[in-house]
Amino acid sequence: MIFGLPVISITIWLPIIFGILVLATGDDKNAPLARLLALAGSVLGFLVTLPLYIGFDTTTSSMQFVEHHGWITRFNINYYLGVDGISMLFILLNSFFTVIVVIAGWRVIEKRVSQYMAAFLLMSGMINGVFGALDSILFYVFWEAMLVPMFIIIGVWGGPNRIYATMKFFLYTLLGSLLMLVALIYLYNLTGGSFSILDFHQVAIPMTAQILIFIAFFFAFAVKVPMFPVHTWLPDAHVEAPTGGSVILAALMLKVGAYGFLRFSMPITPDASHQLAGVMIALSLIAIVYIGLVALMQTDMKKLVAYSSISHMGFVTMGLFIFNAYGMEGALLQMISHGFVAGALFLCIGVLYDRMHSRNIADYGGVANKMPVFAAFFMLFAMANSGLPGTSAFVGEFMVIMGAIKVNFWYAFAAGTTLIFGAAYTLWLYKRVIFGKVANQHVEELTDLNAREVLIMSLLAVLVIGMGVYPLPLSEILHASVNDLLVHVAHSKLPL
Amino acid sequence: MNLLANLIPVSAEIFLLVMVCFILIADLMLTQSSKLFTYLLVQLTLLGCSVITVGTHEHGVTYAFNNMYVDDLMSDVLKMLSYLGMSMVLVYSRQYLMLRGLFTGEFMVLALFALLGMNVMISANHFLTLYLGLELLSLSLYAMVALQRDSAIATEAAMKYFVLGALASGLLLYGMSMLYGATGSLELGVISDAINQGVPNKALLAFGLVFIVSGLAFKLGVVPFHMWVPDVYHGAPTAMTLLIGSVPKLAAFAFTVRILVEGLQGLEHDWSSMLIILAIASMALGNLAAIAQTNLKRMFAYSTITHMGFMLLGLISGGIEGYGSAMFYTVVYMMMSLGAFGMIMLLSRAGFEADTLNDFKGLNQRSPWLAFIMMLLMLSMAGIPPTVGFYAKFSVLNAIVQTGHTWLAIVAVLFSLIGAFYYLRIIKLMYFDAPESHEPITYGSDTGLLISLNGLGVLFLGLMPGTLMSICAVSVQQSLLLP
Repeated sequence: MIFGLPVISITIWLPIIFGILVLATGDDKNAPLARLLALAGSVLGFLVTLPLYIGFDTTTSSMQFVEHHGWITRFNINYYLGVDGISMLFILLNSFFTVIVVIAGWRVIEKRVSQYMAAFLLMSGMINGVFGALDSILFYVFWEAMLVPMFIIIGVWGGPNRIYATMKFFLYTLLGSLLMLVALIYLYNLTGGSFSILDFHQVAIPMTAQILIFIAFFFAFAVKVPMFPVHTWLPDAHVEAPTGGSVILAALMLKVGAYGFLRFSMPITPDASHQLAGVMIALSLIAIVYIGLVALMQTDMKKLVAYSSISHMGFVTMGLFIFNAYGMEGALLQMISHGFVAGALFLCIGVLYDRMHSRNIADYGGVANKMPVFAAFFMLFAMANSGLPGTSAFVGEFMVIMGAIKVNFWYAFAAGTTLIFGAAYTLWLYKRVIFGKVANQHVEELTDLNAREVLIMSLLAVLVIGMGVYPLPLSEILHASVNDLLVHVAHSKLPL
Repeated sequence: MNLLANLIPVSAEIFLLVMVCFILIADLMLTQSSKLFTYLLVQLTLLGCSVITVGTHEHGVTYAFNNMYVDDLMSDVLKMLSYLGMSMVLVYSRQYLMLRGLFTGEFMVLALFALLGMNVMISANHFLTLYLGLELLSLSLYAMVALQRDSAIATEAAMKYFVLGALASGLLLYGMSMLYGATGSLELGVISDAINQGVPNKALLAFGLVFIVSGLAFKLGVVPFHMWVPDVYHGAPTAMTLLIGSVPKLAAFAFTVRILVEGLQGLEHDWSSMLIILAIASMALGNLAAIAQTNLKRMFAYSTITHMGFMLLGLISGGIEGYGSAMFYTVVYMMMSLGAFGMIMLLSRAGFEADTLNDFKGLNQRSPWLAFIMMLLMLSMAGIPPTVGFYAKFSVLNAIVQTGHTWLAIVAVLFSLIGAFYYLRIIKLMYFDAPESHEPITYGSDTGLLISLNGLGVLFLGLMPGTLMSICAVSVQQSLLLP
């Protein structure tokens, strides 16, 4: 706590309160007011997360800014919040992207503006809740509740096939969550009546139970990451989601899954994690290589970036399950970097889509002639997506490969191919869309970025390069928590 | 025990009966245009009942009339909730019934008789009292379904309801007679003791139990005794569906607990394995069949079947956690179903029933507030936090896992996943589709306020479920004398 203020609570509830206020502005007559309120809410929401960063103690791995109040005393469920190095960064990332999304939807969203903006603010608060919760039921409540705004966002403002996509998204994730719920209740009974995640970390669990719990968690988190073979909802959801939805999906929803592995699966069931690490690594490598190849064949820009996301998230899960400091820290950096890069790429595609109403690569060509500023930004993010040194993506990927090579050369070799495939599909996309002669009349009529779009792009560009050149501030924060987690995971939790 | 001491525990029921008779006669004097007076009188009666129920509450368990009747915390809590539920039913139905010419004294008198029946069921401690309450409730409901005389579908539903209901009552009576033969008593406590001490004729006991469980399953409407539920829900005028589908579930819960737990605790091993089959079958069939429905009332009928199946899981688990969670589930279910059927009536107009899925299309564009309330209700039915439906499911699942039936919990959540689909479909219709009609939605300020409170209540209880959960747990603990 800072000045006695419950900082994490504020980061959760401030956006939610603003969301309700925005919702209260009613129909589209008041759209300008709704936009302004949403902007105020998101910017304030971001500012209140800064104390977390400034007041963060990098020397300890224990939870900071802890808040603990009784909630449902009958089941010993508490309003228990706290962050460590891992979760703190994601709260920042989330609040930052909420600002970006609000600005990105400023003019683009014309119908039901207040509901659109409110949904993002509500979701922002809930995602902060997911990262801040230390009580597993509190976590679960936020985890499930955040599906609802996303469901609405995709379903109302999405593309033609949005209903199918949003239903698939919701039901897929619900399947995983429900199994996780049973696992949480099982753990509650095992610990003798505590839902605290930190208590779950301590309790001894027999091997069979560990494996089953791991599988239940796996369903919940793997669907969100998404890992092969439960990834099929993501391309559908991404393609149909509005730009803002895609950005939040890529930048945060996916990270929530990986965060779940870190916070739940690995520390609660370390023995099962080691036992099944081979499977996890195999699935990750399939995602990296096979999904990378799938991305190569896409004709829809958003689908291409969606598959590229799955492939990059494969790096994250592999980094986690090789159980060394390089891998894990690399995975976390990759998560943050992927948030920036994939978010930026979806924004770029959004810029094109707003003007052309097509995501089809074949409809473009020679955009550089008409939108030179855009082409420059797009170039930067495309390079980052292919893992060019000097951009944020390089740091994480490099560290994961370093970690992998310590474990097994062939893991690293297979993962390394992504640097080739990633470059291939991204640059090929770039070439087809941006370079060449002006393809048709519609491209001829394109206008370059406006001030609002330049602002968003520059912010992201600074972050992508900044993190690539000087990742130390981030890794410093991660360091203590990652080491602690690794020590924890190395200990067997089988009952003696 | 003197007469007065006997009368105190039943004073609320006596007051209710007196008032029903008074209203019945007073209503004859009133013209059709002044039915509002009857309505207000009924609401006042409910208020009076709750005051008496609270006023006569005593700590512990009080028996009356030679142990025929019991007054304990569980009965008082359930009665209070029944008054509340009944009062909400009347508020929701007033305008709907007025537009259809059904807002008559008969409706209100029958509703109060049904309430009296429920009260008796909730407080019964003897097979005869239980049966008396059940029949009073059922007969009132049969008549109410048939109240719309000129509607073929309503008459058919009433017929079906009556025939199958009578069959179920027969099964129950038959079972009761066998238990009487085996144990020599109709009083729940005595039966329980007799079973615990060992009954010579085990086969008779087992047969009796099978009949009793079948009869209960009929009344609860769980698979494979569910056939009447969709037809009755669909055929009855929505106000009656609202009544049938909400408040009596509380009485049915009490009825089931009194018989199975208070009376037949010694046979728990037998009945719980029967209930497991009923519960799984209900969740499976209810959820799958609900997907195929286009009529909302039918869909909610199948969803009731599912919810009752889920509630049974709590009974199977036993103990404070189990029975407490089953009670909590029932209470929460009543709240959600009141809201859902209330919404159907709110959207209906004179000569138009908003009871198909298509009628909810684009509700968000016609009335964002109502769409939001309906979304909360549907999320709650699907068991998605932060609504109270989640905690209902959560507490039942917790009870099952505690007894070691983790597999049953997994089965239950997988069926809930299927269930989530058709609740989400309603949200989809309201938010994603374009409206089919642009008729303005008109509703009274009382119904509007109530539906808002109902929806927000589901949300509020979802944020703060602790108190209601504790009330349920404490009342089953005190009433069933659990450790």
